[in-house]
Amino acid sequence: MAKMQTPASQDELAEMIAAAEAPLALEGTGSKPIGHTVEGQCLSLRKFSGIIAYEPEELILEVKAATALSEIEKLLSQRGQMLAFEPPDYASLFAAPSAGTLGGHMACGLSGPRRIKAGAARDHILGISGVTGQGLAFKSGARVVKNVTGYDMPKLLTSSYGTLAAMTSIIVKVLPAPETEETLVFQGLSDVEAVSLMSAAMQSAGEVSGAAHVPGEGTYLRVDGIAPSVAFRRDGLIKLLARDAGVLEEGASRKLWQGLRDVKPFWPLKDHVIWRLSVTPSEAPAIVKRVQEHLDLRRYYDWAGGLIWLAVSGSEDGGASAIRGAITSGHATLLRGPAELKARVAVFQPQAPALAALSARVKHSFDPRGVLNPGRMYKSA
Amino acid sequence: MIAMPLPDESVLARRSEIAADLRKLVAAEGVIDAGPLLKVYESDGLSAYRQPPMIVVLPETTEQVSQVLRYAHEHRIKVVPRGSGTSLSGGALPLADGILLGLGKFNRVLEIDYENRCAVVQPGVTNLAISKAVEHKGFYYAPDPSSQIACSIGGNVAENSGGVHCLKYGLTANNILGIEMVLITGEVVRLGGKHLDSEGYDLLGLMTGSEGLLGVVTEVTVRILQKPETARALLVGFASSEEAGQCVADIIASGIIPGGMEMMDRPAIHAADDFARCAYPRDVEALLIIELDGPQVEVDHLIERVKALAEKNKSLTLKISNSEAERLSFWAGRKSAFPAVGRISPDYICMDGTIPRKKLPDVLQGMLRLSEKHRLRVANVFHAGDGNLHPLILFDANQADELERAEAFGADILRLCVEVGGVLTGEHGVGVEKRDLMPAMFSEDDLAQQQRVKCAFDAKGLLNPGKVFPVLHRCAELGRMHVRGGQLAHPDLPRF
Repeated sequence: MAKMQTPASQDELAEMIAAAEAPLALEGTGSKPIGHTVEGQCLSLRKFSGIIAYEPEELILEVKAATALSEIEKLLSQRGQMLAFEPPDYASLFAAPSAGTLGGHMACGLSGPRRIKAGAARDHILGISGVTGQGLAFKSGARVVKNVTGYDMPKLLTSSYGTLAAMTSIIVKVLPAPETEETLVFQGLSDVEAVSLMSAAMQSAGEVSGAAHVPGEGTYLRVDGIAPSVAFRRDGLIKLLARDAGVLEEGASRKLWQGLRDVKPFWPLKDHVIWRLSVTPSEAPAIVKRVQEHLDLRRYYDWAGGLIWLAVSGSEDGGASAIRGAITSGHATLLRGPAELKARVAVFQPQAPALAALSARVKHSFDPRGVLNPGRMYKSA
Repeated sequence: MIAMPLPDESVLARRSEIAADLRKLVAAEGVIDAGPLLKVYESDGLSAYRQPPMIVVLPETTEQVSQVLRYAHEHRIKVVPRGSGTSLSGGALPLADGILLGLGKFNRVLEIDYENRCAVVQPGVTNLAISKAVEHKGFYYAPDPSSQIACSIGGNVAENSGGVHCLKYGLTANNILGIEMVLITGEVVRLGGKHLDSEGYDLLGLMTGSEGLLGVVTEVTVRILQKPETARALLVGFASSEEAGQCVADIIASGIIPGGMEMMDRPAIHAADDFARCAYPRDVEALLIIELDGPQVEVDHLIERVKALAEKNKSLTLKISNSEAERLSFWAGRKSAFPAVGRISPDYICMDGTIPRKKLPDVLQGMLRLSEKHRLRVANVFHAGDGNLHPLILFDANQADELERAEAFGADILRLCVEVGGVLTGEHGVGVEKRDLMPAMFSEDDLAQQQRVKCAFDAKGLLNPGKVFPVLHRCAELGRMHVRGGQLAHPDLPRF
């Protein structure tokens, strides 16, 4: 394989892509090997790093795409703000050196537990600049939080895994970080009871910002905001749910949710295949039950049941057919697995024919020659 | 006036034949090709533009929509989708040689699923009807465009509609989970569902705000939220827009995201007060309505913090609502700003730019200069929290050239918004109205890429042509423009 290319400017990047005669494998820092392996020359975007503008009172942050997430979070915390979609840090999960870059998170569309209240990565992206597969620089969006001018390309590029364009800069909406938080802990619930309890909490005015269930450990509800409001809503939830609950104070609460966000319950399972299922929340326990009929697995639930984490071992196809067969609506992503397995099994949920064909045309509209991360999402167009 | 594409005479010549064919696809009374009923559809909320469609088709099922679109695709007939026709940018303006596809008969709430906090509705259901359908359980649908009693959820998806509360609760895009849509080929595609994060490309995000150019939405799954326990508002007057703007910046920088934060300038304050008799202070240059919502204890706490920030910024008048009636009275003037302006001027047009908030004083100054240049008055209402400006340009359509001057004034304002780092439209859409201003914000390459995406959905350019893009390109042309090498390299490789 030829050596890595590391363009330092958008013009240089555009030239390299335009000149590419073979597939390019885009990379920030390589921290998230999600998707199929791309056979191609590595095009590293790591030189696109640095803060372009941060305006806390406008709720706006613009950075070069490969700016480290850790640098961004440090900057925002100095002004009491955050990326409200709670980007996860999968460094331990993937044995990577760091959480990676904002561009990488956006390209993978990853959101943490707060997604149920604050929205996903795609709900916070406001603008992008980048280069298409034709080597054309383009931009979309602006440094304002409300904009409907033209198609929402920033959303389209989010979770496109670098298959449409190479992003060079990103504008995101930032929000005030809660002043404090607490977590209610319920013990001894079955999966069905836990999902039902989380649903009841989500239907209340408790403004729950995290709802997770780790079988055998606990069912967790996070409330955050200003202290008097947190206390009021905490008490309201305890009364509404009418069950004994423990309370984790701020420090312990932050640590818990960071762990759930980063898939810590599965860190010890180094050889397991890890799946991430996005499903209708109330159907989650039944889906897990159906999968359990076929597979030996570990599990936990986030997003009030809407996100199921599964760790599977000892299955010839990594559990793909059992898992996808159990899902009635929603989708399953093979988040982590050996290269050999990913060569045989679709990482992303196969789509219905009309949708697959439409997605292929969208890909083609950005990258008609198929040079940007070909095959990373779907094997065939 | 902005010109629409010239009608295709060969299509017009086949009008009755086409109508007869369409009557085989939908109930006969659902096809209108003559008579006064056609005129009902000639315009939307951008009423300066009028054009009766060639034929109106009112399907009742997804299958019928699919058949009508497949027919249009086969016979190269243009299609303009329409919900309630409240677009302020001309998104549903018909074409003389086009089918106007009205989704008004899709008016049922199909399912309410409290357990999963969502509702499945047909696109013709009005925005407010969704909230009404779930309010007995304490729920509501958050986006609240001011036309919410009339505008349809399908139209909201097409325009990515916002509203007063979207700073805290988001636009349409942030509040829908899934759609069913029909492509111009007649293919039916489902994006998302009751789960979070649709799989693959975020085509749901792309569809939202695509202004009817990519597909026809036939079902929408929306998120519903529990209503906040209480809401209180402050009504604060300032001697200048600088001070009011600084107060808004201070509130947000201090970590408070109000449920709503509106600003009005002096002409808008006076017009509203004269109309609604809402006891607004008249000796101020800028008036803020700041609404906090949530649990009582939180709202009471934040009200005090906001009050302190208002006083720090030298507020001249400050009132805090102590009852629901008082809170509503604060809003009464703002909510009637449009009819209030209608009372002091025979006609007005409502613009919709967004600017970085800190640029507000510059933009208001610039607007005064433009007001003199174009010899027309302007009143401003402003979603202050998110920088979305609604200048109301006052004119009299019966006076020669006043509409043209008003349009030129509006275009200058939007160019000014872009110059200071803002955008042409915050929530009303580009439509016809701002179409020709797109090059002020986008380069040719930016626009060409958007049009290539359009081609991925609608290669023949039949869905809502003449909207959004100033120049219509044939898709083949766009494909050729910048392809280097011409040929697809490595045709055997996986493509994405």
